Amino acid sequence: MISMIGFKEITVWIDQTLNGMLSPGLALTSELLIIGLSMIMLVVLMAVAMIYMERKVAGFMQLRLGPMRVGLWGSMQAFADVLKLLLKECLTPNGADKMLFSLAPFIVLVVSFLALAPFSFAPGLQLWDLNIGVLYVSAVSSIGVIGILMAGWSSNNKYSLLGAMRSGAQIVSYELSAGLSIIAIVIMCGSLSIHDIILSQADGWWIFKGHLPAMFAFVVFVIASTAELNRAPFDLAEAEQELTAGFHTEYSGMQFAMFFLAEYTNMFIVSMIGATVFLGGWMPFHIYGFEDFNNIMGYIPSFVWFFGKTFFILFLIMWFRWTFPRMRIDQLLKLEWKYLLPLSIINIVVAAFITIMGWHF
Amino acid sequence: MSKEELKAYLELTFPTCKIEETIDFPVLIVEKEQLFATAFQLKETPATQFDFLFCQTAVDYTTRFEVVYHLTSTTYRHDLVLKVRFDDRDHAEVESVYNIWKAAELYENEIFDLFGIRFLNHPNLRRIMLGNDWPGYPLRKDYTDENILIP
Amino acid sequence: MEIPTQLIPLEDTPGEFVINVGPQHPSTHGVLHLRIKLDGEQILDIEPHLGYIHRGIEKISESLQYKQSIYLTSRMDYLSAHMNNQACSLLIEKGLQIEVPERAKTIRLLMIELQRLASHQLWWGSAGLDMGAVSPFFFAFREREQILEIFEETCGTRLTMNYITPGGVMNDLHPTFVKAVKDLIKQFKVNIHEYDKLLTGNIIFQKRTQDVGVLSKELAISLGCTGPVARASGVTCDVRKLHPYDGYEKLDFKEIIMHKGDSYTRYLVRIAEMKQSMHIIDQLIDNIPEGDYRAKIKGIIRLPEGEYYQRVETARGELGVYVVSNGNKTPYRMKYRTPNFSNLGALQYIAKGSKIGDLVAIMATLDLIIPDIDR
Repeated sequence: MISMIGFKEITVWIDQTLNGMLSPGLALTSELLIIGLSMIMLVVLMAVAMIYMERKVAGFMQLRLGPMRVGLWGSMQAFADVLKLLLKECLTPNGADKMLFSLAPFIVLVVSFLALAPFSFAPGLQLWDLNIGVLYVSAVSSIGVIGILMAGWSSNNKYSLLGAMRSGAQIVSYELSAGLSIIAIVIMCGSLSIHDIILSQADGWWIFKGHLPAMFAFVVFVIASTAELNRAPFDLAEAEQELTAGFHTEYSGMQFAMFFLAEYTNMFIVSMIGATVFLGGWMPFHIYGFEDFNNIMGYIPSFVWFFGKTFFILFLIMWFRWTFPRMRIDQLLKLEWKYLLPLSIINIVVAAFITIMGWHF
Repeated sequence: MSKEELKAYLELTFPTCKIEETIDFPVLIVEKEQLFATAFQLKETPATQFDFLFCQTAVDYTTRFEVVYHLTSTTYRHDLVLKVRFDDRDHAEVESVYNIWKAAELYENEIFDLFGIRFLNHPNLRRIMLGNDWPGYPLRKDYTDENILIP
Repeated sequence: MEIPTQLIPLEDTPGEFVINVGPQHPSTHGVLHLRIKLDGEQILDIEPHLGYIHRGIEKISESLQYKQSIYLTSRMDYLSAHMNNQACSLLIEKGLQIEVPERAKTIRLLMIELQRLASHQLWWGSAGLDMGAVSPFFFAFREREQILEIFEETCGTRLTMNYITPGGVMNDLHPTFVKAVKDLIKQFKVNIHEYDKLLTGNIIFQKRTQDVGVLSKELAISLGCTGPVARASGVTCDVRKLHPYDGYEKLDFKEIIMHKGDSYTRYLVRIAEMKQSMHIIDQLIDNIPEGDYRAKIKGIIRLPEGEYYQRVETARGELGVYVVSNGNKTPYRMKYRTPNFSNLGALQYIAKGSKIGDLVAIMATLDLIIPDIDR
C-alpha cells in the first residue's frame, strides 16, 4: 500500500548514510539539525497556510472575498504580513522590565515548538516516540502561561496586566477540562503513547468506537482548547471592544510576530492532538469488518488523512471565532468550573466503566 | 384634557399666574419663587399628572431670561408649557426641578453651560459641553466672539 | 463660586480606580468621554463629558434662514437624517399653514421608514461587533448598502440627504425606486430570519444582555427617555401613534411595547420595529398617489410671531424642534430636543453596580449617537 510504505525506510536510509559518512557524534548532531530544520519548516509552512485559511474563511463567512490582491487569490498575503512585521521597530516601553520583556515572547514560542515532539504525521514519521506522549504535550503547553504572565507584568501597563491575569486564569482553568477529555480516550485505549493510540484505531476511530463518552469528550476538548488558545468566544483577554487590550499590547514588530506565531502553532498542536486522539491520527477511515472498504480507504496516503483531520478541527476553531459573540469573564470561568469540569469527571468515570465492561467497539 | 379644558383648569387652580397659549400648547407663566411648588403640584395632582419633562430650555430676550419647561402626562396625554421669567442677568439663579423630574439634570447642566443660569439644589452642576475655562456663555444674545463665522 | 467640570477626581483614591472610556475608542459610538469610577470590575459611578463634537448648531441657526438651517439638522443624528429634516419642515408648514400634497406625504413616509430600517441595521451590526461577534456587521451592511443606493438614486446622497423640505420633497422619485424597494423588502424578509438565528437566538449573546442594565418604567418616565429605550420599559411614547403626522394615522402598524427593560428587551424591540417598518413600506409602496411632489412656498420664509414645537419619531426616540420667532427671516431661538440627550441620562442610572463588560452591552443597546447629544 502506498500509505504504509515510504517514511520508515527513508528515515532508516538517512540514518544509515549519515552514520556511514560521519562519526557517531557528528551524525547525531546532523540528524538533530535536520530534524530541527524540518520542524521549523513545517511550522512555518503551517503558519502561512493557517493565516491564509483564517482570512479566507473569515471573508467567506462574512460575504466577502478576503485577500485577493497579493499573489493569486491573495495567497502571498501571509508573506507580505510577515515582511511588514519584520521591518517594524521593536519598541520597549519606558518603565518596562527589559529582560522579562524580551524573554516573554521566546518562552511562549519555545514552549509551542517543544510540544511538537511526540506527534506522528505518518507511519514511521515520528520525532520522538515517548511512552507518555499525551501527558508530555499537556504538561509542556502549560508552561506557556508563564510567558503570558511575564509579558503582561513586564509591560508596565495597567491594562496589559489585567489582560494577562484574565488570560492566565482562563488558561489554567481550561487546561483541566482539556486534559480530562483526553484522559477519557486514554482510559479506553490503555496507553499514553501516541503511537499506541493511533495503532489502536486501526479498526475504527475512537470517536466512533467509544460512542457516548468519546463524543462528549470531543466536544469538551474542542471547547476547552478554544479557551486555551484565547480565541473567540473566549478572547476577553485581548478584546478590542473592551478596555483592556491584552497582554501583547506593548509588543511590536518581530516580538509581536512571535506571539502571533506561537498562537498559530498552539492552534496547530491542539488540532493535532484532537486529530490523533479522537479522529485516528494517520489511520484511514476503517470500519470494523469491511475489509474491502478498508483496503480502498488505504489508497489515500496517510499523511493526507492526518492533515485533513487537522485542518478539519482547525476549520471548526476558526468557524467559532466568526460566529459567536464573546463571553464575559465571570461567565467564562463559571462555564468551566461549574459545568465542564464536573461533567468531564463524570465522563471519565463512565469511560472507565465502559472499558471495564468492554462495551466499546 | 384638551387644550381648552386645560386652560380653564389652570385659570382656576393658579389664579395669580398668567395663562397664555401658543399654536400647540397652553402656557403657564409663574414667578421664580413659586416655580418648585407649582411644578410639584402639576406633577402630583391626579387630575393633571405631568410626569414627563420632555424639553427644558432657556431663551434670552435681551432684557430678561426665560426658562421654558415642556411637560406632558403619560396618563392623560396632555401637554403644557411652564415658563419662568426673571430679569437678573448677572446673578441668574433658578431653583432646580431635579427632585421632581430626573431628566432635568442634564438639561440644566446644558443651560448652565450655555446661558450661565445657575440652578439651586442641583446634584452635579457643571459645564458639561464647553470646558471649565470657556469665557462667557455662548447662547446669550450679548455674547461676542472674535472668530465670528456668520456675521 | 468655582464650579468644577468633573466631580470624579483625577487621582485614584485608595480602593477605587478611575478610568476613561473614550473619547477615542475602538468600538466607538461617537466621541463620548466617560469617566468611570471602578471598584475592581464593578462600576461605582459614571460621569459623561460631552462637547467633543459640539458645533453650536443652535447658535448658528439664529443667524441662518429657516431653509438654510434645515441643512444643519441632517448632521445631528445622521442615521435619521430624513426624520430630522422632516421635523423642521413640518414645523415650517405648521407655521405657514401650508398643505402638503398627498404624493409628497407618501414619498416622505417611504423615505422615513427606509431610513429607520437602515439605522436599525447599522445598530444591529455594531451591537454584534461590540459583543465580539464580527460577522453580523457585514451582514447588516449588505442591506444597508442597498438602502443607501436607493437613497442615492432619488435623493442624490447617501448619508445627509436634505431631501425632505418645507412644502414636500426636493425631487420626484427615480423611475427605478418602486422596483428597487420591492426587491429589497422581499430579500429583507428572508434575511431577517437569518439575523434572528445568528444573534437573537445565540445563547452567549442572550447571557450577556439579559438582566443587564434594567431600566424601570418609573425611571424611564422621570428621565424623559423616549424611543425603543423607553418602549422596552413599558412606556407608550411612539410619536407616530400619539401625535400622527404626514399620513401615519391612515397606516396599520403596531407600537412595540415590552416590559422587562433590560438590554435584551431593547434589542428585541428594535428587531420588531424593523419588521413593522417593512410592513408599513408594504402598505405604501403600491399606492403612491399621483400629483405634485412639492407645494409652492415662498423663497424667504418668515414664520409669524410666536412659539412653535414639532415632534417626530426618529429611529432613537422623539425629536422635538422648538422655535421662538419674532417675525424675522431668522429664528430668534431654535432648540432641538434630541432623543439621545435624555437617553444618555439613563446611562448613569442603569450602569451603576454592573461590570465593565456589561457597560459595553448597555451602550450597545442604548444606541447613542453622540453628534445628536452635542449638537
